[in-house]
Amino acid sequence: MIRSEILKEIAPILRDQLVVCNIGIPSQELHAIDDQPSNFYMLGTMGLASSIGLGLALAQPKPVIVIDGDGSILTNLGTLPTIGNNAPANYILMIIDNGSYGSTGDQPTYTSQRTDLAGMARAAGCARVVEVQDKDTGPALEEALASGEATVLVVKCDSGNASMPVITMDPVVIRDRFMKAVSA
Amino acid sequence: MNIDKRIADDLAANGVSFVTTVPCKQLAGVIQEIEGRDDIFHIPSNKEDEGMGLCAGAWMGGKRPAIIMQNTAIGVTINTLATLIQYYRMPLPMLISYRGELREPVACQVEMAVHTKALLAQLNIPTYHFHWQRDVEELDNILKYTFMCNKPVAILTDANFWGGYGDQ
Ligand SMILES: Cc1ncc(C[n+]2csc(CCOP(=O)(O)OP(=O)(O)O)c2C)c(N)n1
Ligand SMILES: [Mg+2]
Repeated sequence: MIRSEILKEIAPILRDQLVVCNIGIPSQELHAIDDQPSNFYMLGTMGLASSIGLGLALAQPKPVIVIDGDGSILTNLGTLPTIGNNAPANYILMIIDNGSYGSTGDQPTYTSQRTDLAGMARAAGCARVVEVQDKDTGPALEEALASGEATVLVVKCDSGNASMPVITMDPVVIRDRFMKAVSA
Repeated sequence: MNIDKRIADDLAANGVSFVTTVPCKQLAGVIQEIEGRDDIFHIPSNKEDEGMGLCAGAWMGGKRPAIIMQNTAIGVTINTLATLIQYYRMPLPMLISYRGELREPVACQVEMAVHTKALLAQLNIPTYHFHWQRDVEELDNILKYTFMCNKPVAILTDANFWGGYGDQ
């Protein structure tokens, strides 16, 4: 499965949750599949989805699901120790590990070679780290929500992108409706 | 006056309850003060752009954030300031040690000091420079201004403000 197929499958789970979504095609796909005010789309700033989600989870009690990418985690690796030492129970970091920089044309990342993100998350101090194959994402995400524990979920899947339109919504509109969903 | 406590008191009085830091020698005292307080949650970050991401999330979650960092971090965070904090219009007070200014003992620090104000000006970031200890009296107004306008705001604090380096 590729990222967009996973997102389609888990859209009914994501719909009722606060979601912080990775830059580029991941956000475009989520936006096209099931746009919700409770989705925060990153339009730039590669790497910071996991950090934004962590700040959000620490600041309020609702569950936060971050949809991140392997390339973005690799560019902000310092995030893993911060998560490992601080993440509250309402934090779920789901890394769509397609082994590539999908948005920029599927150039391979090191997770397609020897690098193991789940192992890195564990070494960084993350207590609940789960690695699943693409088709098992839905149940694993439900389990993470029910676990009452911060979770890093690494989803191994194929490289590839659906062709979706760019997001033209104003960033302040994205942010404002998201904040209203947070405080609702 | 205990300058570290004064800064933390002003942050707390303005509702700032989420602070991330990357250390600088000049900031050691204020970081220690913040770590020890019950009214401010302190989360160290590993890099300043990461810290700004934490602050962005905390603000959307209803908390007032601040970042404490060295001026060299302006070089690390330009993309984040432009594409996250400014693009989504978020408030972010940045208490910055202004290394490489008067009374600096480490020559390398001057190399980013000479770019610091120019970079902040290029980004249209409101910038204040604390040189004398009494300049801290402006902090309360700067914090109110930051959360009024939803912008990143820089407070540069040089070695003279912090009382210099021993014999320097
Ligand atoms: C600082 C910076 N460098 C490069 C880019 C270009 N870029 C945007 S998305 C992306 C790939 C992200 O890969 P990943 O996080 O694995 O997500 P995927 O698209 O594979 O799901 C890159 C390299 C950028 N936006 N910012
Ligand atoms: Mg990827």
